[in-house]
Amino acid sequence: MPANRFNGFTEYGIGIGLRAPHYDHILSRKPVVDWFEIISENFMIDGGRPLQILDQILEQYKVVQHGVSMYFGSAERPNREHLRRLKDLVKRTKTPWVSDHLCWGSVDGRYTHDLLPMPYTFEAAKLTAQKVREVRDFLEVPVAVENVSSYAEFHVSEMTEWEFLNEVIERADCGILLDVNNIYVSSQNHNFDPLTYVNSVPAERVAQIHIAGHSKYRKYILDTHDHPVIDPVWKLYERSVQRAGHTATLLEWDDSIPSFQEVHDEALKANKFLASTLLATAV
Amino acid sequence: MKLLKLQRTMARAVMQPLTAAERSQRKAPDGGSMRAYAARFIKPNDRLTSFERLEIYNRQYWFRLFSSMAEDFPGLRSVLGDRRFDAMCKAYLVDCPSTSFTLRNLGSKLESWLRKNPKWAGTKQTLALDIVRLEWADIEAFDGKAEPALDAADLAGASAENLRLQLQPYVQLLSFKYPVDDLLLAVRKDDEDTDFASNAFQEKRKRKRVQAVAKLKPATIYLVVHRVDFSVYFRRIDAEEFSILTALRDGQTLGKAIQAAFTKSAMPEAERAPAVQQWFQNWATLGWFCKQKLPKKKAAVA
Repeated sequence: MPANRFNGFTEYGIGIGLRAPHYDHILSRKPVVDWFEIISENFMIDGGRPLQILDQILEQYKVVQHGVSMYFGSAERPNREHLRRLKDLVKRTKTPWVSDHLCWGSVDGRYTHDLLPMPYTFEAAKLTAQKVREVRDFLEVPVAVENVSSYAEFHVSEMTEWEFLNEVIERADCGILLDVNNIYVSSQNHNFDPLTYVNSVPAERVAQIHIAGHSKYRKYILDTHDHPVIDPVWKLYERSVQRAGHTATLLEWDDSIPSFQEVHDEALKANKFLASTLLATAV
Repeated sequence: MKLLKLQRTMARAVMQPLTAAERSQRKAPDGGSMRAYAARFIKPNDRLTSFERLEIYNRQYWFRLFSSMAEDFPGLRSVLGDRRFDAMCKAYLVDCPSTSFTLRNLGSKLESWLRKNPKWAGTKQTLALDIVRLEWADIEAFDGKAEPALDAADLAGASAENLRLQLQPYVQLLSFKYPVDDLLLAVRKDDEDTDFASNAFQEKRKRKRVQAVAKLKPATIYLVVHRVDFSVYFRRIDAEEFSILTALRDGQTLGKAIQAAFTKSAMPEAERAPAVQQWFQNWATLGWFCKQKLPKKKAAVA
């Protein structure tokens, strides 16, 4: 199940996000890492150092692309320049799949550069799925959509977030990048049971899993990617891999980034849960 | 509410400027109350009102964009001062919201916008415009395209009279009224040191920087912003060099470019030929010329 058509039939292990403060360490020490996830937009450029670094990384490591501004849920058509640059990068990295968020962030050609929440309506699901298909067909690689953290819900919603996710992925016939930290954050902000969410996702479509830390405020939780993963999120991760198997896992750490070793050690904690999954499968 | 309408409604509120206290405005984009505006499409929960939930996104939008502008334009920030810079960014982003999928392009219209809105450029308008141009050129040089470099074989048989040389797309040619290269390098050095400094020390540095900007005297400089081994450098050049490179970039032949460069030059006649030879040697060593891109052939008309 972990290697499936939504992740290019790959068996990737535990990766971390490729971030600038770690470039020197990675290139000089060449640490053993299963794979790196890059933010596609950081490399959708014409030349210069970022692409040179990426090429050096690609010589030694497996890389998967993760986007932040495709905005599958925006009511407008995909930006052709964005798609063209993304496809150029796909050819460069040979990423087995690409992922981006189940959200919107631009309207009338204006970008908020945020991951704004979707109204969970059938109209939105239909349009989003159509856009996912269009992007996948253009890029010619599998696409996985990621559930986002959210801080607002809409009156017009006709279903739960997980029902909406399922509606989109079934219509688009695409994979899921299951972010268990985002499920936790949203569950706290919107008062739902995160395990119900995890148990409702079609396990056979999970292409990848994200884990991360967040920040707790008095009245809500913000998805900040600047802390270690907390136990309740590990529990959701454990349940996810019980259901989906030994899935490609990625730790996101984007702010107050500690040393490479600290980030990697945090990511490798996932091994404990993956090992028990393998054991359970064996017996 | 249909998807497009909902997204337009929410985007208008998210992109509306914050108050001085960095909170959402009480007045909505439609002129009514923001509380009522938010309640129309966002559900409250047991801890937050619709307004408060919308405010999270409103604040995130502005914090993210301010942070991006501060990162890209530290020189302009030091020229304008923190408060004026923040106010300028707010006005700029209201007039020129991002129309690109990447924050890299957020400041692409800043120079032209400042020219149309000089009141935001502060008391040192020329200096402010100079530093914005340099900071944007730095961004363009950092990740601009590099074409294959020109080599000696490409010039075989060419005559200076008709030769046209093409500059690398990442090479930026600029002339300034102030020595803004020194200023920007000093600001960056300061920022690097500040990362490890105490608050009191940072305050002292800030005052020092303000004094440095105030003391900066006008001085015309010609600059090339370019790359060596993927790092961006500022290289000052002579007026005649600047003239030749600009003419070449604009498609002039080598002969015409050189001729034009010396029409008003004070350089003694005897020094010109060796100077031009040395310049070309430097430019070639730095890889500033690229192979000629031939125009696409037009389809034959029957």
